[in-house]
Amino acid sequence: MKRMLALLLIVVVTLGVIAVTSPSLVQQVKLGLDLKGGFEILYEAEPLIEGGKITQDALRETARSLEQRANSTGVAEPEITPEGSNRIRVKIAGVTDEAVVRDILKKPAELTFRSMRGCDTGKQDFCKVELVGSDFTENGASIHQNQIGGWEISISMKSASKFAEVTREIAKLPQGKNLLAIYLDENVLSAPQVHSEINDTKASITGNYTREEAKKVADTINLGALPLKLTEKYTQSVGATLGQLSLQQTVFAGTLGTILVLLFMLIFYRLPGLVSSISLITYIWLLLLGFNLMGATLTLPGIAAFILGIGMAVDANIITFERIKEEMRSGKSLLSSLKAGSKNSFRTIMDANLTTIIAGAVLFFIGTGSVKGFAVILIMSIIVSIITNVAYSRLLLYLLIRSGLVTKPGFFGVKESDIRAL
Amino acid sequence: MRYNSKFDFVKSSKPFIIFSILITVLGIGALIFAGFNYGVDFRAGSNVDIVLSKPVANEEINKFLTEKNVGHYTMTTGTDRVSLRFDDILTDVQEKELKAGFTEKLDPNASMEVNTVDVQMARELQFNALLALSLASLGILIYISFRFEWRFALAAIIALVHDAFIVISIFSIFRLEVNLTFIVAVLTIIGYSINDTIVIFDRIRENLRFAKIKSPVDLAILVNRSIWETLTRSINTVVTVVFGALALYIFGSESIRLFSLAILIGLVAGAYSSIFIASPIWLALRSKAKPKSAPKTPATTS
Repeated sequence: MKRMLALLLIVVVTLGVIAVTSPSLVQQVKLGLDLKGGFEILYEAEPLIEGGKITQDALRETARSLEQRANSTGVAEPEITPEGSNRIRVKIAGVTDEAVVRDILKKPAELTFRSMRGCDTGKQDFCKVELVGSDFTENGASIHQNQIGGWEISISMKSASKFAEVTREIAKLPQGKNLLAIYLDENVLSAPQVHSEINDTKASITGNYTREEAKKVADTINLGALPLKLTEKYTQSVGATLGQLSLQQTVFAGTLGTILVLLFMLIFYRLPGLVSSISLITYIWLLLLGFNLMGATLTLPGIAAFILGIGMAVDANIITFERIKEEMRSGKSLLSSLKAGSKNSFRTIMDANLTTIIAGAVLFFIGTGSVKGFAVILIMSIIVSIITNVAYSRLLLYLLIRSGLVTKPGFFGVKESDIRAL
Repeated sequence: MRYNSKFDFVKSSKPFIIFSILITVLGIGALIFAGFNYGVDFRAGSNVDIVLSKPVANEEINKFLTEKNVGHYTMTTGTDRVSLRFDDILTDVQEKELKAGFTEKLDPNASMEVNTVDVQMARELQFNALLALSLASLGILIYISFRFEWRFALAAIIALVHDAFIVISIFSIFRLEVNLTFIVAVLTIIGYSINDTIVIFDRIRENLRFAKIKSPVDLAILVNRSIWETLTRSINTVVTVVFGALALYIFGSESIRLFSLAILIGLVAGAYSSIFIASPIWLALRSKAKPKSAPKTPATTS
């Protein structure tokens, strides 16, 4: 009687916890870009100057800048990770305006001040770069309104003396050449005349800007230049509708598959089948929980691994139940069949699962992106299935038999006529 | 013995082995002469998958793409779905124009998936895939040799390669697209296949402990008995995993349809090969080694 209560309590508590927590658990699952739309880009970095070297610092710095840029567009949780010696992987899910975000990520946007000092006299171009991005204060660009109501962008420099020196030299140039051009990449924003030395850390970019235009320029300057040049090696972009469709279809397929497995187990194994079904539901719940705790992202191959994992988990039950049935057929009592069956099947299950873990580990260490995600779920599902479909199942079965409720071999799907006398 | 009256897997394994060899040879032939129908992951280029909200005529899409001047492409259409594969890489500007143009001119509610892989990346992915396959096989080989003995390991690896090959052959012969997920599928199959084989081998190992083997015939009977003892498990497990894989194949997302198909074929092949390939091969290996191991099993007279 005591054991029966224990059994009931365990089952009710398990199912209760699952029922209560599942909705929020499902809500919390972080969906990958292939399930809710978004894009992934793998960049390869090259040094800005030829023959330069890519340091880990520069790569990290670049990844950080990319992250700032992505954040400035207001997207949720961009995942930007340096990979290997010269790669950066950018994953952004749930973007509504993908084109804009991608543009901003790529924009090199380097602010330079240039002059005509020492340039070919015949031409009107600014060949001499006087001040580069690093001479300006980071995040130092802002907008302000001038006396006549137009909008200007003010920028600040780190060193007043350097600016003084540059302006002094430019002021010496003849009229028409004494210009200090402000470039954003290869675009001239403005080219004011310099009449005298300016000993200040402030400069303004004037033009016929509206407030919005001025703000945009200031933002671009603030994002600054990337320390490395990036080229796209691999891109994947998924439309939001397509992603949702994939999610719906695959979740439906998964639910259907799970129901079929549950039905199969119930019909074929009866009472142990019920134990297995409870274990399987616990397995799915525990896998989701572990998944959320790890902060992992669910992708399409991930769901596939999830569904295939269900088959693996049930396999542990099948091996055990078959073994128990065999022991029963050989004439053993229910309890000793359970003990012998569990013991003998455990080794088989461990050997079979460990080899699968080896395959999963290889995928995890060699694979990148979605392959890695698949491997994580594969390995996790095996570990979880050992907890639920081996340990938990066994506990339930043990309590079930010890409670004295189950006495007939028929409950296990074993025919009386098949049992040999000892 | 109650197993004697039943089907003898060992004796009837020959036609199955011949069948498997034929398929493997056919697959190698197809691979050499036709190769794979590589997707963008391994061949570089761009793949555009479009979900349509209303019917759009193929001619209209063709006309639209010719205007965009995107180079050579192949188009496959399904119900409310169009898949385009461009030999050349779409630049991000082209991609943007294509998306904008398509929604503007052809279907305002179209949703797309675009995959672009650079040549160097494609080569790298291919190399990594092969590396993963070999490393996984090696790891499994070492583990089984350690836990069982080398004959089991060798037989298991042959069965495993066989399963991978059946899937590879079918994909090559029917020109199904091979992408990164295909490799994942093959690796998963390897995991399952070995799982199936191990369960039977484990039983053979266990039965060996209590058996008195005097002749190759005894050994053959033992293998057959072990297969029979684990048969319900083999069938039931395959049935449950097939439920999942089949549901994924029929109702799952388009992007993992081929993945599910590969898994489906592999699962069935895995169950088949554990019984008809791995076990007879182990038997053949072990029977030959009989004289050597004979002294180890004390020939007690009963």
